[in-house]
Amino acid sequence: MTDLHTELKASIIEQLNLEDMEVSDIENDEPLFGDGLGLDSIDALELIVLLEKDYGIKLTDPKKGREIFESINKMADFIEANRTK
Amino acid sequence: MAVIWRWFLKKKDKMANLSIDHWVRIKDGKIIADGEVIFASEADIASFLKAAFKFLNIKYPKFHKMDRLSKLGFIASETVMKEEAEISEDTALVFSNNSSSLASDQNYQESIKNFPSPSLFVYTLPNIVLGEISIRFGLKSENVFFIEDEFNAKLLIDYSAQLIESAKANKVLCAWLNLHNVEYDVFLWLSSESHKKEITEEQIRKIYDADYD
Amino acid sequence: MSRSVAVTGMGIFSAIGKNLEENHRSLIHGKHGLSYPEILETVHQNLPIGEIKSTNSDLADALNLDKNHAFTRAALLGTIALKEALQNAKIEDFINIGFVNGNSVGGMDMTERFYREYESNPANRRFIQAQHPGFTTEQIAGYFGIDNYVTTISTACSSAANAVMLGARLIQSGRLDQVIVGGTDCLSRFTLNGFNSLMIYSEDFPKPFDSERKGLNLGEAAAYLVLESADFAKNKEVLGYVSGYGNANDAFHQTASSENGEGAYLAMQKALETANLNPHHIDYINAHGTATQNNDLSESRALIRIFKEMPAFSSTKSFTGHTLAAAGAIEAVFSLLAIKHQQIYPNLNFNSAISDTRLRPVTELKSTKIQHVLSNSFGFGGNCTSLIFSKDE
Repeated sequence: MTDLHTELKASIIEQLNLEDMEVSDIENDEPLFGDGLGLDSIDALELIVLLEKDYGIKLTDPKKGREIFESINKMADFIEANRTK
Repeated sequence: MAVIWRWFLKKKDKMANLSIDHWVRIKDGKIIADGEVIFASEADIASFLKAAFKFLNIKYPKFHKMDRLSKLGFIASETVMKEEAEISEDTALVFSNNSSSLASDQNYQESIKNFPSPSLFVYTLPNIVLGEISIRFGLKSENVFFIEDEFNAKLLIDYSAQLIESAKANKVLCAWLNLHNVEYDVFLWLSSESHKKEITEEQIRKIYDADYD
Repeated sequence: MSRSVAVTGMGIFSAIGKNLEENHRSLIHGKHGLSYPEILETVHQNLPIGEIKSTNSDLADALNLDKNHAFTRAALLGTIALKEALQNAKIEDFINIGFVNGNSVGGMDMTERFYREYESNPANRRFIQAQHPGFTTEQIAGYFGIDNYVTTISTACSSAANAVMLGARLIQSGRLDQVIVGGTDCLSRFTLNGFNSLMIYSEDFPKPFDSERKGLNLGEAAAYLVLESADFAKNKEVLGYVSGYGNANDAFHQTASSENGEGAYLAMQKALETANLNPHHIDYINAHGTATQNNDLSESRALIRIFKEMPAFSSTKSFTGHTLAAAGAIEAVFSLLAIKHQQIYPNLNFNSAISDTRLRPVTELKSTKIQHVLSNSFGFGGNCTSLIFSKDE
């Protein structure tokens, strides 16, 4: 687990108002949507904003988001490969 | 799907008598249900809402994503609806306030400076709280939100009466749900047709105006 | 037997015309009003909008307003549209008339321009109170001296449709004999950025019900109907009747519609019930048709659930853009124009049907017998409303 993984978990908890959740509560390969963390479509859009705000990655196709946001691992991999910040 | 021809069975138009099944008042750090103070906290609004939700003791993580107006509406409706043995999907929602969704409008407006936030934008309409309540209780009935200068009991009672008269709903959740900056003023009640004692505009006003210590 | 609700006058101001005649001409000539921002100051120069090419000064001049007026854009548009409606219906006395106005943006256009300077500069502080939707309604009512029964409905994109519904009920129950109903909303950076952040804003012109649709385009407009009871409408030209209405909550999500369009389905069903009509009585459907992936599919599914044989339908948002709270009102006007002229207005920019539903809207102006029109308006918060307008026989 890298700093990025921790950073992401902390950002998600704050940005998406995941009350009473700690960084240690989120598994790296746990599904974020659907059954896992139970995030929904608006959360996905907020994550797209987060990608641009914190990592300078601009995503124009919301559907691509679902693949990238599958888990913390997937997100971290994508960010490492594409970040401009 | 066949359309039900209710016209032949419809009663003549008459003013329905309404009763209040349950009511709740939320102001000054207190939740008052049917006349009794059931929760009190002197905390600031953010902490008050958090504590009030905890007091409700239900599992609904989506609560934390809501804006303050929706949280107030959610807590109020939860307090009243939990007294109901069975919740009908034909429960209509007739809400009103003065400030619309101002608090959320301001928050969202701030975000436009850098990155417009979709989750904040979602709440820049006063009627989103009606959606949240409908989702929570599976309500598929009529829902309307009026912007008025001040609490207008007559408007809400008349509208509810009409809904029940015309069999559009068998119960109506009415509310004055106002949030001005950090000042909240909530009065919510569940109405249904009464064959006994009818609630009057004066009585509703009295509950609203009363002090509960 | 409940009283009938006659429409005796209408007024409209949209991106395709500043009055009924201009709007009608645009509809029959397939002339849409989508363009790029010129009056709205925004960085999003590449996003098409249904902008009315009149500045606030132009609008204020048309109304002879005092230089220090506090009319925001929605109030200006609303007052002009209402003027036409009242003239149309030949109403001069406002003592017993009601006014139900749908509005969501309120005075946000001015707030977003001036609020940062309010503290340091008193010049525009008169617009502080103009922020909320209720004030917009009062400005419009105040211009005409209407103060008998005035209220504002703010339920997002179904606001004006809900205003029509309330007006009809007020008349049917005998509480009022005359009510003006409708709505107004203007463009703002607030809403443009908002819908864009939800990634449902199209960079192309809107393609309602098309398989390649990319989202909605906002517009601005105002429109009003004058509703009167049978007695009051006796010696007037009746443009049509509000014969049915229904409202229901989708109970699914704050901004998205459920997969099978439950809220839409229930609203349409209720409208048919109150009108005592069967689906096959509907000659034309003016759909909500925002051109978002979600709405058009969801609405299509709801339509299929109700109509075994699909009537002719189209989305006139391809002409005007999505005018938010005013949508239900301008589309009510278009529905009544369809009845008056016995014609169906096209759904522009349509090429191929959604593969899942294979529904094809009307794509060219069509002259045909029209007796009943169904108009849909679905708002955020799951607020779904359907109205039925019928010809005066």
